[in-house]
Amino acid sequence: MGESKANSQIALNVDKVSYRYPTILALNDVSFSIEAGTFTVLLGANGAGKTTLYSLATRLFNTQTGNIHIFGLHLKKNSSQALKKIGVVFQRQTLDVDLTVKQNLRYHAALHGLKRKDAIERVNLRMEKHELIDLADRKVNQLSGGQRRRIEIARALIHEPRLLLLDEPTVGLDIQSRQDFITHTRNLCKEDGVSVMWSTHLIDEVYPDDSLIVLRKGEVADFGMVAEVLKRTATNSVAEAFHKLNNAESNSE
Amino acid sequence: MNFVSYYRCFQGIGIREGLRFVHQRGRFFSALVRPLVWLFIFAAGFRSVLGVSMIAPYETYVLYEEYITPGLVGMILLFNGMQSSLSMVYDREMGSMRVLLVSPLPRWYLLSCKLMAGVSVAVIQVYVFLLISFFWDVEPPLIGYLAVLPALFVSGLMLGAMGLLLSSLVKQLENFAGVMNFIIFPMFFASSALYPLWRVRDSSLLLYYFCEFNPFTHAVELIRFALYGQFNSTAAIVVLSVLIVFLCGSIYGYDPSRGFMARRPGGGGG
Repeated sequence: MGESKANSQIALNVDKVSYRYPTILALNDVSFSIEAGTFTVLLGANGAGKTTLYSLATRLFNTQTGNIHIFGLHLKKNSSQALKKIGVVFQRQTLDVDLTVKQNLRYHAALHGLKRKDAIERVNLRMEKHELIDLADRKVNQLSGGQRRRIEIARALIHEPRLLLLDEPTVGLDIQSRQDFITHTRNLCKEDGVSVMWSTHLIDEVYPDDSLIVLRKGEVADFGMVAEVLKRTATNSVAEAFHKLNNAESNSE
Repeated sequence: MNFVSYYRCFQGIGIREGLRFVHQRGRFFSALVRPLVWLFIFAAGFRSVLGVSMIAPYETYVLYEEYITPGLVGMILLFNGMQSSLSMVYDREMGSMRVLLVSPLPRWYLLSCKLMAGVSVAVIQVYVFLLISFFWDVEPPLIGYLAVLPALFVSGLMLGAMGLLLSSLVKQLENFAGVMNFIIFPMFFASSALYPLWRVRDSSLLLYYFCEFNPFTHAVELIRFALYGQFNSTAAIVVLSVLIVFLCGSIYGYDPSRGFMARRPGGGGG
């Protein structure tokens, strides 16, 4: 994808990004781009470099080599503008558990510098959309894992970002909550037109019309619409394709 | 990003710190009990052992309780600074540091806000402590209560910045016990908080120099003079300079290209 739609906007562009920790090379020459309005799944086994990629895309730390652009804005040079366009749901739960749902959301609105009135309005709107109104004054430590995740996605969307980054958001959820959360996020993105990058190691979280990035040991093994990836790998399912891509790379080593 | 955004961000961080403080009442009481135990018990016991002669800023002989009060105020600020940096290591492990750092505002500003919010909480504790010690016959002049406010903020910020710097260096929560033993206790005991430095000089010249170089000594002296409506310029210069050094160090420590996070797989949590 990408070259056929040169005129459309690119939500996230990762260009030749490598990242090395003192002992390991976490990402090696990673390049891909996510088109605005699409749902992209970043599929990779544990240790494939997904979280490092998220840390770089949210500028928790800077790229060592290569560049990242968010809607055309260079993340390092124009970080403030770029960060405004991103909403993040981290792999680990990051709410203040002894504060209420509303307090958590308002804190986030303030961090993004929203005026008080706007902050209140948007927090209310988000609570409504994410069915959190009844929980507004409950402390987070009284809520279930699924509810907490819903708060986190509501929080990530308060400042109306155009790109939502979720790093293994379903880890630790039970089967029902996981399914609910997936449906909920996908519907929202469709409604609001938000671009999404969703990382996972669970193959059943990939839907047929998604865009797919397969990450293996810090390298992009394949990248394209699911149908394209299946065609290229001559397989019938994502599971098969993932298996084949992983094995192909290990054989070539 | 305009002025309103900066203000709102500061307000948000302040409110969060305030709410957490209110929700963790145990923290407030333990922070208050610690210096009170020293004042009520330790000072009473040592009153007769340690007579304090006339030294600036005191105009007369003072009781030991009165002497150690500024030191105990320093203790509140020191422990609070450490506590908030401990909570920062915890925040980092729990990920809420990440939430803070993805804000579009500059990182130095976010860290400074966090520091300021933590110090404000400590200053409230200090005033409650001073109020209680007033009834324990520690009665500095009224103007002192006002004059001490800027001294509290500057000293609190210095100690908070030190904590912030430590939090960027300490890799895990477990290492923090070591920080307590190797930094906090020596800093507190090798200072003018509990005994005038001339007494230390009588017993050990080396220790005396060590105390003189301890920034905590200067924080305590700044507070002590301010509490009696006087200004100790040496202490002020030292505290401000050390504050700047620690603050720059901690901003460097949290820098996205150089700091602790870039060195660790996963970026410190999650």
